[in-house]
Amino acid sequence: MTYETAATSVAHAAAEHIAVPGWAALAYLVSGVLFILALRGLSSPTSSRRGNRFGMIGMLIAIATTLILHGTGLVEIAIAIAIGGGIGFVVARRIAMTAMPQLVAAFHSLVGLAAVLVAAAAYLNPAAFGIVDVATGEILRVSRIEMGLGIAIGAITFSGSVIAFLKLNGNMSGKPIMLPGRHVINLGTLAAILGLVAYFLTDQSPWVFWTVTGLSFVIGFLLIIPIGGADMPVVVSMLNSYSGWAAAAMGFTLHNTAMIVTGALVGSSGAILSYIMCKAMNRSFISVIAGGFGAEAASSGGGEKVDRPWKRGSAEDAAFLMKQAEQVIIVPGYGMAVAQAQHALREMADQLKAEGVKVKYAIHPVAGRMPGHMNVLLAEANVPYDEVFELEDINSEFAQTDVAFVIGANDVTNPAAKTDKSSPIYGMPVLDVEKAKTVLFVKRSMGGVGYAGVDNDVFYMDNTMMLLADAKKMVEDIVKAMAH
Amino acid sequence: MDFISILSIFVLACFVGYYVVWSVTPALHTPLMAVTNAISSVIIVGALIAAAATEAPGAKWLGLIAVALASVNIFGGFAVTERMLAMYKKKEKKG
Repeated sequence: MTYETAATSVAHAAAEHIAVPGWAALAYLVSGVLFILALRGLSSPTSSRRGNRFGMIGMLIAIATTLILHGTGLVEIAIAIAIGGGIGFVVARRIAMTAMPQLVAAFHSLVGLAAVLVAAAAYLNPAAFGIVDVATGEILRVSRIEMGLGIAIGAITFSGSVIAFLKLNGNMSGKPIMLPGRHVINLGTLAAILGLVAYFLTDQSPWVFWTVTGLSFVIGFLLIIPIGGADMPVVVSMLNSYSGWAAAAMGFTLHNTAMIVTGALVGSSGAILSYIMCKAMNRSFISVIAGGFGAEAASSGGGEKVDRPWKRGSAEDAAFLMKQAEQVIIVPGYGMAVAQAQHALREMADQLKAEGVKVKYAIHPVAGRMPGHMNVLLAEANVPYDEVFELEDINSEFAQTDVAFVIGANDVTNPAAKTDKSSPIYGMPVLDVEKAKTVLFVKRSMGGVGYAGVDNDVFYMDNTMMLLADAKKMVEDIVKAMAH
Repeated sequence: MDFISILSIFVLACFVGYYVVWSVTPALHTPLMAVTNAISSVIIVGALIAAAATEAPGAKWLGLIAVALASVNIFGGFAVTERMLAMYKKKEKKG
């Protein structure tokens, strides 16, 4: 094996590398602390930008320290950073805010792929990473486990995020794709990966390492294809978490404090976001990951549809009703993002405010395709963040509200979640729009049902007026009607 | 550092992460994902070590590619977070 020659020549270097000089260890610690402060800043919009700067400084310190410690090949490295950084910067500048879920998924895939490449490089050149056992010339046992887990998690993050990206970007149908016997295949593949990582302890042959890599790419793909579009908030958060654990695993290999702290932060961040999203849908994490939600309900619910009476309203009616109101609560959902209606919506709100109407926004935690999706879109349209409220803060206000204006949301307003035990969304916390004096429901057509595939009783209530049109077009028409 | 000290750092950092992330306001959950994305690219440290090593050309190339990928994330992640955070404004007191 080539390791033996490499190992003997660099055994000293290896021993030296493990003992990172004191100043460098301190620098990595500082950068870890700065990353903690970066997340801490996000507790309020006022401190958030300073937090982001802390994050940048932390990253700069980590990179500079590493370059000083390993000061060779600087030219190539500078070129690689310039190419990658340039692409990243341009994309970040140009991307539309509505495309943020796709962008985040794409970024996750890059972290995953980078983790795979680093683990592979460490496997091919363990001496450079200081993980060679001086006695045997092989890779240290504990490093093999870390490396094996690192490459597995990295590969799952990569292929899973690619699928999530394709679904969010519309290159692939958002409908769940169900393979027969998928649970058996998935569990079998996972067991094989774990078994091989354990076997890697006794045998560091290339076939073990590359089989783990290959199987992990496959399982990432298999895990995400049966998950439907509206469950993407959970998936994106979960992949966020995985990218953290992958970084942490590599941090263990490199004995690097900055990587371990960051990995733990990102890992717990993603895990908490997944938990919040699951709770907001009253579904267990397992049921989301098992996938297929909505597919069955939609196919079985087709037969029992009854024609029920509903009222259709016009833009003029809506404008009149809202102008008379004392308070209007706007409930945006994914449909608003698809129609890019946020700017028109803010114009409408401005008009209403000019008429003396109080306007508030109510955000359900799973509205949109990623955590906080609606908040970003409203912020983009210059809606002040102190007019935007979370579900638990505003839900009691619907009863004292004249008009609830639902735009592009459906399942998150369905009262069946509170009353109908047989409904697939039973138990999910929902916005009590039906308690408002009037509900204006903007929807493309009466035919479509929400993601959960269930009908919404709100459509047929006496105090509901359906505004059937493209969300943006409808809001623009309302704005025009108000001007008269 | 021995394995146990590293593990201690990791476990304590998980707790720090738990409390810090719960204190993040839900309105900023999208920027949170973008910034965690950027900082998890600290994996570039490993990529830089691989790219700086001279004895194995294959590993060096993998390292360089990883440096480029992580850089996309670092620059892209921080820049897009900055862009989003700049949009969050309070109500302006008019007139």
